[in-house]
Amino acid sequence: MNLIESPPFKRDLDAPKLNCTEPVLTMRSVSHRFGDVRALNNVDVTVYPGEVLGIVGESGSGKSTLLRMMNLEDIPDQGDYRLAIPGATQNLFALDRFARRMLRARHIGIVYQNPHLGLLMRNSSSGNVAERLLISGERRFSALRSRAREAFDASEFPLERMDAPPIELSGGMQQRVQLAKALALEPALLLLDEPTTGLDVSVQAMVLDTLKRLQRDRPITMVLVSHDLGVIRTMADRVIVMRRGRVVEEGLADQIFQDPQHAYTQSLVHAKL
Amino acid sequence: MSQPLLEVENLSKHFDVHHLDQRVFAFSDVSFRLFPGQFLLLRGCNGVGKSTLLRTLYRSYVPKHGHIWFDAVEGRIDLASAADVDITALRRRDIGFVTQFLVARPRVAADELVAEPLRLAGWPQDRALDEARRWLGEFGVKRELWRAYPTTFSGGEQQKVNLARALVLPQRLLLLDEPTASLDAGARHALIRRLGALKAQGVAMIGVFHHPEDVVELIDVQLTLAVKEMADVAE
Ligand SMILES: Nc1ncnc2c1ncn2[C@@H]1O[C@H](COP(=O)(O)OP(=O)(O)OP(=O)(O)O)[C@@H](O)[C@H]1O
Ligand SMILES: Nc1ncnc2c1ncn2[C@@H]1O[C@H](COP(=O)(O)OP(=O)(O)OP(=O)(O)O)[C@@H](O)[C@H]1O
Ligand SMILES: [Mg+2]
Ligand SMILES: [Mg+2]
Repeated sequence: MNLIESPPFKRDLDAPKLNCTEPVLTMRSVSHRFGDVRALNNVDVTVYPGEVLGIVGESGSGKSTLLRMMNLEDIPDQGDYRLAIPGATQNLFALDRFARRMLRARHIGIVYQNPHLGLLMRNSSSGNVAERLLISGERRFSALRSRAREAFDASEFPLERMDAPPIELSGGMQQRVQLAKALALEPALLLLDEPTTGLDVSVQAMVLDTLKRLQRDRPITMVLVSHDLGVIRTMADRVIVMRRGRVVEEGLADQIFQDPQHAYTQSLVHAKL
Repeated sequence: MSQPLLEVENLSKHFDVHHLDQRVFAFSDVSFRLFPGQFLLLRGCNGVGKSTLLRTLYRSYVPKHGHIWFDAVEGRIDLASAADVDITALRRRDIGFVTQFLVARPRVAADELVAEPLRLAGWPQDRALDEARRWLGEFGVKRELWRAYPTTFSGGEQQKVNLARALVLPQRLLLLDEPTASLDAGARHALIRRLGALKAQGVAMIGVFHHPEDVVELIDVQLTLAVKEMADVAE
């Protein structure tokens, strides 16, 4: 009996029959090399409105690279990327740098593991968030201030600390500033790359809880990368498993944890149990 | 009676355990039909595959062969091959899974946890919380615990919160995996009353019960899983 080659897991590409809503995000056949490294190898991803898609996989499997592509920071050697947002009907990878930057600023929020990547650490926290709002064309100081407050509020960041620079804040608070910045324009898509890694366990639980609350009160479409399977388990509706630039399995979160199909997923899940 | 709510055809399940290069057979060729308001008792000895069957119907486990036809509002859909998003949608409104175990979350109070399915179904916060507290009371969770975090509750208290959460919103199909195990008598009676009321509203149920005599008045159909292949259906 040969069990080792599991069938490819592509079920979610089948057209859903009940859920007539269009996906928020559709990526097809995305491949990218860095020199000899095949960082992404023919990756397909679909994300539906209001769901949390978890991405897991060993170090170097291409998770952050994929997220940077979703954020339009980088474009791959090949592939097709669509977002269901007004006025964007073409392959977003074909846009020029300026158009990509505008689209990212208006419609996509991101939280990085390393706050230095997402924030100007010596500017005020409120300034970091306002900078994002300015791009939307808002110029009135009072409106900027009140929208920034709303974003800090949604991120459960203490408003009295809004003007402190991130460098003076704890790690958990810095992540909340990143989250406030990401949420400031009500993004169509929120990307989270190891948002709680490196935080104390209790702080980590609080940040996750903030995300859960957000998700319940006004469903935000999220893509969450984490090494921590516990984090993925509490947050994700669906999960994709990456290895060496490929998606080796995808499924409902409970299925991935309770009945993993691919040999690699089995070893990943059992190693962490 | 009209359409069956659920029609299971030749359903089979095995597990491939890659690191042992081993295939574990759970059950094969299970077929049955279930109509709205019917209660099916699933029986069989330990390890025969009862929990596995429930999880396969819920799609926590990947079905290997066969069909699971579900009569959704939009039309019949095969749960065995439906897209994951459709399964998520059906779990939100039509199909519930009840076990003994609560998935508690840090900093989420008992009443909020129970109110969550209602909130997801669009209930306003106040009404959802009122309803949630009513059910916590019904299952015998002490009032002073309603605002507390279940992560610190006793096993029995967590189980009651879990039942309240699982049964707060009437769904069309309930899968019950030994929900009464280790419950005190008060909560067990509350559970059976609730199941009876849901059944009267047309909710169909498939359940595994350690003490089937608890639910004897609810049972319409029994299905016994037997080791090796055949399953028997008795009406
Ligand atoms: N800018 C770059 N230049 C060269 N190689 C890169 C670059 N970015 C990523 N890579 C390589 O691409 C592969 C995928 O990297 P990526 O950062 O996406 O992995 P990851 O899954 O996020 O890993 P980790 O879990 O460690 O964060 C790695 O082999 C990495 O070394
Ligand atoms: N995730 C899994 N991976 C591998 N094997 C599994 C898995 N889940 C169940 N099995 C196997 O499937 C068989 C059926 O188990 P199952 O838990 O369904 O039995 P059961 O009838 O519910 O038993 P009990 O009465 O003890 O609860 C067992 O051999 C079990 O080891
Ligand atoms: Mg990374
Ligand atoms: Mg069992």
